[in-house]
Amino acid sequence: MGEAIAFYTIAAFILGFAVLVVTTKDTVHSVLFLVLDFLFVAALYVMLGAQFLAVIQVLVYAGGIVVLYLFVVMLVNLKRPPEAHHDPHRRSKLGMALAAAVLLELAIIVASGYARAASPTVPAAAIPVSGNTEQVGWLLYTSYLIPFEIASMLLLVAMIGAIVLAKREL
Amino acid sequence: MPITPTHYMLLSAALFIIGVVGVMVRRNIIIIFMSIELILNAVNINLVTFSFQLHNLIGQVFAIFVIAVAAAEAAVGLGIILAFYRNKESVNIDEMNLMRW
Repeated sequence: MGEAIAFYTIAAFILGFAVLVVTTKDTVHSVLFLVLDFLFVAALYVMLGAQFLAVIQVLVYAGGIVVLYLFVVMLVNLKRPPEAHHDPHRRSKLGMALAAAVLLELAIIVASGYARAASPTVPAAAIPVSGNTEQVGWLLYTSYLIPFEIASMLLLVAMIGAIVLAKREL
Repeated sequence: MPITPTHYMLLSAALFIIGVVGVMVRRNIIIIFMSIELILNAVNINLVTFSFQLHNLIGQVFAIFVIAVAAAEAAVGLGIILAFYRNKESVNIDEMNLMRW
């Protein structure tokens, strides 16, 4: 019972803040709602037993990426509201209707897929350490070492690319 | 009624669709980038849910990779926004049509 209350509360906050992020007029308020949304997603990770990922979510998303967004929002001083220019070819209503159709489709797939087949139990990989952080670290540095190194390379390339793009002249 | 992985997947689908609506409906490109972050978070919730259900930590490892890619995407995307703003004094995505035709 307590788990159900926690899940529905967190889910309501996640979806509510997500709707606020998308609908708020003021971009700064939108960024702040995004922080709250990320914090509740981190709470959901704790419920699912992924404590390390929850900490990473708070540090990287709520702490790092959102600060980057805030910097850009503050740097971009808008003389006119960004929604002023209307493209006549844009069909927002059609987009909303299609998105609702996709949501319905996804819900039907998820619900019917689980009604039919019981999920197979996959035997856990043999990991010689206990504790969530140790296990994730063990996997990252043994089985997934090469993807880990490629991810670090990707971050380096993204850093250089961001500097090249944002610099006035090289 | 106990909380099953189906609940988490429906939450993830709803969050994904909110992000998609944000990408399609809003014209401020900064808000569109934030909607993309919401979509990536929905994917992460799905990965962690399956990791929890199958008692297998590989989903969490991939969620970490998704977070790394999201950080890279945010850095490059915001660099593009700054470069565009310097040229056109605008963040309206409907005015980003230099390469359309």
